[in-house]
Amino acid sequence: MNTIQNIHINHYILLSTVLFCIGVLGVLFRRNAIIIFMSVELMLNAVNLLLVAFSSYWGDAAGQVFVFFVMVVAAAEVAVGLAILIMIYRNTGSTDIDVLNKLKN
Amino acid sequence: MTVYLFYFLSFLAILCGLMVILEKNPIHSVLYLVITFFAIAGHYILLNAQFLAAVHIIVYAGAIMVLFLFVIMLLNLNKETEPHKSIAWKFAAVISAGILLIVLIGAMRTTNALPAPPHSAIADIGLVKNLGKVLFKQFLLPFEIASILFLAAMVGAVMLGKRDIK
Repeated sequence: MNTIQNIHINHYILLSTVLFCIGVLGVLFRRNAIIIFMSVELMLNAVNLLLVAFSSYWGDAAGQVFVFFVMVVAAAEVAVGLAILIMIYRNTGSTDIDVLNKLKN
Repeated sequence: MTVYLFYFLSFLAILCGLMVILEKNPIHSVLYLVITFFAIAGHYILLNAQFLAAVHIIVYAGAIMVLFLFVIMLLNLNKETEPHKSIAWKFAAVISAGILLIVLIGAMRTTNALPAPPHSAIADIGLVKNLGKVLFKQFLLPFEIASILFLAAMVGAVMLGKRDIK
């Protein structure tokens, strides 16, 4: 089963581009901070998919190791980000990002 | 056969990715995102990245999505507490994301075609043995730095989560 020989690499680039743009749309479209985090995860996954596709295309394992590191950084980011989100919810009573329009207080 | 599987998984990933954004209830968004992650894991298996597919399901669909669901239920978010954006702002968001998509696809179309890939010995590249060799020989320093990053993230999350720091 070697898909990269049956499916052209452009299909994977197109799929990753569409998923990335869906993530960008989510960040711009929603005001709920949790959904914005999820959209960022979607963007990271689009890039991961492209890295795996190119890694399989060239037969080089380095791309898959990079995907591993991206997953590590994403997991750390989600842990700290959700902790910050809970702090924001405790202080303002909502997860609306437009409430946070100043750095002071 | 694999071509049809590719199209099915792509369709599923894009559809559920759109539903993540368009769904008003945050819990439904999380569940759609889980389906998207499973579709992406299917793509990884198609691309001979079996280890990454397993790690992806464990880390994303298992750990991160449970964290999201836990936070949403802890904050008691639902359809009623969902903040609303004005129509003009949503319109601007769709326009800008659409323009980004058009620019990226246009840039992809005008580039030269990639040369044919070297097809020697790429079947077992995604197995644990192969990836572990690369990870612990070529990328040992980033791997160790990642552990420090995790420690910092863990300490940071605990410090943020404490109710009052003295």
